[in-house]
Amino acid sequence: MDIYKIIVVSNTALQENVFLLKCLSSEIASKILPGQFCNIKVSESDFPLLRRPFSICDVEGDYISFMYEVHGEGTKLLSHKKEGDLIDLIGPLGKGFNYKSEYETAIFISGGIGVAPFPYLTRSLDGSIPYKIFLGGRTENQIHTYGLHNYEISTDDGSMGYKGNVVQLFEKHIPLLDKSKIKVFGCGPNPMLRALKELCLLHEINCEVSVECAMACGFGICQGCPIEKAEESDKYYLVCKDGPVFNIKDVVI
Amino acid sequence: MIPDLSVEIGSLKLKNPVMLASGTVGYGNEISEFMDLSKIGAIVTKSVSLKPRKGNPPQRIVETPAGMLNAIGLANVGLEEFIKTKIPFLKEVNSTLICNIAAGSIEEYVECTRILDKEEIIKAFEINVSCPNVKEGGLIFGNDVKAVGRITELVRGVTNKTIIIKLSPNVANIADFAEAARKEGADAVSAINTLVGTSFDIYTRKPKIKNITGGLSGPAIKPVALAKVLEISRRVDIPIIGIGGIMNWKDAIEFMICGASAFQLGTVNFVNPAAGVEIIEGLINYCNKMSITNITDLIATYKI
Repeated sequence: MDIYKIIVVSNTALQENVFLLKCLSSEIASKILPGQFCNIKVSESDFPLLRRPFSICDVEGDYISFMYEVHGEGTKLLSHKKEGDLIDLIGPLGKGFNYKSEYETAIFISGGIGVAPFPYLTRSLDGSIPYKIFLGGRTENQIHTYGLHNYEISTDDGSMGYKGNVVQLFEKHIPLLDKSKIKVFGCGPNPMLRALKELCLLHEINCEVSVECAMACGFGICQGCPIEKAEESDKYYLVCKDGPVFNIKDVVI
Repeated sequence: MIPDLSVEIGSLKLKNPVMLASGTVGYGNEISEFMDLSKIGAIVTKSVSLKPRKGNPPQRIVETPAGMLNAIGLANVGLEEFIKTKIPFLKEVNSTLICNIAAGSIEEYVECTRILDKEEIIKAFEINVSCPNVKEGGLIFGNDVKAVGRITELVRGVTNKTIIIKLSPNVANIADFAEAARKEGADAVSAINTLVGTSFDIYTRKPKIKNITGGLSGPAIKPVALAKVLEISRRVDIPIIGIGGIMNWKDAIEFMICGASAFQLGTVNFVNPAAGVEIIEGLINYCNKMSITNITDLIATYKI
């Protein structure tokens, strides 16, 4: 990890509130792994003060990109960055997905903007392993398919794809899969991750998730982003340093 | 010309007045990836307590305008583990090491100091009597002028190393606390710890941090911190280490003018973990521009 000032190549709206920020950085592009993140300073002033953590969305050559949803002052400022602007970021941070371990089929499950790490992750499989993606959202405009192939969609309101939540959609597919030979990678809001945990524990499915948490530093010194360990109650991992990717069995969500 | 940046805090001589504040540098490992710690005047460890503390449950932090609230709850590895696993790395770093001590009782402060006094690498103790986030530690003492005096007196009894008492701003008259520390043998005071604050979600009506209240830090508190430093400087004859919202060299100079002999960087380390070395550069340039040969010539030079 280091501090970099990198140049914005493009910052385009994928949906009304969802943007793809693409930057040039050979250093980060050569080092960052799927599931890791960068902590971005969205403003040159002290307001907002803290950096904002974003998962790496994709890496192509020397280019890196981040997919983000505008939901506060920080992301709003980020959405105003233009081609040629400089962005101050710290990265790569955290531990990424263990996508190289033993399994025969990969399953990706996302809720809303939780899809952000999956373009790079699926690209990193490099065609070596078959995979399927389940994308969920409350409505159609929360479905983001950028950089993805081979997906099925669910929306809570039925405006697109299966009507219901994405964990229910995945559950419908379980009988078609050899549970002992799949690995699930999940990212999304906590209620979705809780449902996913329950399902994976029930079916003894190996599952890794990337969790979200407010953090100040992003590299382990502020101790601001604890997540409770499943094995030892009242003991914590730090999301920024021990995660953001955890085996779903290891953490209390 | 390179100005002389060295300063003295009691018997402790620092190569420059830049210190990294407790709880914002861990035990040095992570931040050493961003800058050469040997350039920094002193590093203050995360609070060490006699037994390990798991810290508060999440949510522990929330951002506020130009600042942040934290209620970490003095999460730390405990004294035994600190000596065994953290001191070896800190020995490698060629920077002055100050150990911050937190405790739930007066006896625990004394016991911690007595044990750590044997560690040669530790050059000074910063006694945290002002953490706002744990019930039994910190503020219960930091709000009581007699307790601060008593803790200082007893800790003084078990170490000859430099003692710094870290003061709370959450009191009516901070200078009274600085005076109590001075009278009982403290070498310096550091001011200020965080201000008690809170923040609520207007839709759920719940506090944004689990502990309900937290400690406010960052640029938002700088004017308060400066006023407290100035108040102590005008009333009490004791070296002051200024803390509170320093983001750059200009802020640091302002603290020195208001009476600080040295200063600590806190929240800025989260945002810019290389701030320490950048500020040293800024101090050198300022001194050259202002024809200051010794940075100590700046201390308490306010014109009021």
